[in-house]
Amino acid sequence: MAALRLPAIALLTVAVLFGIAAGLGGYTFVYARGSSYLTDDPAACANCHVMQEQYDGWIKSSHRSVAVCNDCHTPHAFLAKYYTKALNGYHHSRAFTSGEFHEPIQIKARNLEVTERACRGCHADIVQTIDHPVQTLDPISCIRCHDSVGHLK
Amino acid sequence: MPRLGGTPEVTKRRRLFLILAAAAVALIAAAGITALLVNIFTRKQEARNPFFRVATLTEETVDPAVWGKNFPSQYDGYRRTVDMVRTRYGGSEALPRTPDRADPRSIVSRSRLEEDPRLKTMWAGYAFAVDFREERGHAYMLEDQTFTERQRVKPQPGACLNCHASVYTAYRKLGGGDIFEGFAKLNAMPYAEARALASHPVACIDCHDPETMQLRVTRPAFLEGMRALKASQGVKDWDVNRDATRQEMRAYVCGQCHVEYYFRGSEKRLTYPWANGLRVEQILEYYDREKFDDWTHAETGAGVLKAQHPEFEMWNQGIHARSGVACADCHMPYVREGALKVSDHHVRSPLLNVARACQTCHKWPEEELTARVHIIQERTFRLRDRAMDALVGLIGDLKEARKRGKSDAELAVARDLQRHAQFRLDFIEAENSMGFHAPQEAARILAESIDLSRQAQIALRDPGFRPREAQPGSDAIRRIPSSSSP
Repeated sequence: MAALRLPAIALLTVAVLFGIAAGLGGYTFVYARGSSYLTDDPAACANCHVMQEQYDGWIKSSHRSVAVCNDCHTPHAFLAKYYTKALNGYHHSRAFTSGEFHEPIQIKARNLEVTERACRGCHADIVQTIDHPVQTLDPISCIRCHDSVGHLK
Repeated sequence: MPRLGGTPEVTKRRRLFLILAAAAVALIAAAGITALLVNIFTRKQEARNPFFRVATLTEETVDPAVWGKNFPSQYDGYRRTVDMVRTRYGGSEALPRTPDRADPRSIVSRSRLEEDPRLKTMWAGYAFAVDFREERGHAYMLEDQTFTERQRVKPQPGACLNCHASVYTAYRKLGGGDIFEGFAKLNAMPYAEARALASHPVACIDCHDPETMQLRVTRPAFLEGMRALKASQGVKDWDVNRDATRQEMRAYVCGQCHVEYYFRGSEKRLTYPWANGLRVEQILEYYDREKFDDWTHAETGAGVLKAQHPEFEMWNQGIHARSGVACADCHMPYVREGALKVSDHHVRSPLLNVARACQTCHKWPEEELTARVHIIQERTFRLRDRAMDALVGLIGDLKEARKRGKSDAELAVARDLQRHAQFRLDFIEAENSMGFHAPQEAARILAESIDLSRQAQIALRDPGFRPREAQPGSDAIRRIPSSSSP
């Protein structure tokens, strides 16, 4: 041990600390079922129970056999999809950890746009004749009327 | 020897600093991740444990504090019904009061009689004309009834306690386990004697089964009233606790008390007048057939009725009932406690809790939703005001006609119309929502009340006048007659 000088001991301590942080982080990730959030499994969205009603509603909805949460709530392109997941993941974990969020939960403007696009993604044949031809006007909202197709509330 | 990057001394120090900084970062990261881990653990535990059974609850456990040991969140909300908050047309405001021997209350709510003296005219000769205040929260129901001046003007029966105290255990004690037997005994007692049997305002056991926590109706008057109502609809032998759905129960437990009622016969049996239906004219028809008067109006001599908080009946006529929305959905909406959801036992006006009460279904801003309610209430309030003026006008005319020596036979038509106009007005006046529970129905009832009061005034002036009464069931949805019908 005498051969070890001060910087070596310090380096070792740092390495151990990083190891602890990495270990804790890894365990937390597994314990919190972190990997489930990378999947398309709708049950993952109700992990923390905040979206239990939406999940329950989806199970009984007309879209349950053709679309899961991610089909309507994330863009369909790979990068955009995981960017949206990461962004929402950050907002949702911060909200649920701190407990500070509006109840009942409300969709944000960006996510609403994602959903509106998703409607058009599948139903383009029908809605292209309905949508405003003049693109400067606000586009017609699909879910303002069809608010229970995915899940009620 | 000078080198790039400074002396060996300086390089050493810089290296040490870097190592320390890295250690600090790793330390903070580890601490942060641990905190997150603990938070996730807590949330998971919250979701897993709905309750701990630390106290044993039986059919004899009346004290809510004991139930509160098992259900602290619900108990916490329940205790908050002491709050006195005003909404535009309801709620209550605390007024200081000097306690005396007869009434030890140091805080009361405002007198509605002082706010609108026309109520005294409407209720002339009845105890309500002496003392009537803003309704306070559940926590006050027992003391406000015990100490109201109405008790001193006219001795009240034990039947009053059915809905001003937790009497389920008292029923069982009096009836030897049979609540119907106990109910009959309690009704017939003098108030003071019955009051001695009660120690709490409405409590957990009045709505919950102590074993399963399922909702349960414990008031015989509601069980009998619903049986009569269902029988009138062709459903035989209907039992609330056996046949109602979970969602219906979330309205029925409230309907145990928030209803129109009367005390039948000398045994003072608390009865809900629903044998013809829940609408105001169906209830009136029931009273007319029973030849029941609450009292004789002191100024006009008419046999009149007092309507009492018919929230259940009015809700039944509205869009929310039709859509399957129960009382508890708006008055006890779910609140989140961590990962758990509990229904808010702080029963109160949805206007004080718009986000949870309304926005769960109505996705519009709070201000807009509040404004919509206020429009409905203001319209109802203005109509109520006109109906009150019409009734007070009629009472003045009747009083005058009596003074001029008109006979009972000559006054009979106008008196009958007063009875019907007054009950309609009181039905909306006594109902705690200022029309919101069923806006169009409230407007219809008030419009008919105004019309009946004015018809009575015509009848006093013109003996040949044949009044046109609103017929029971006249607003029922009619089938469009087919072309082949005569």
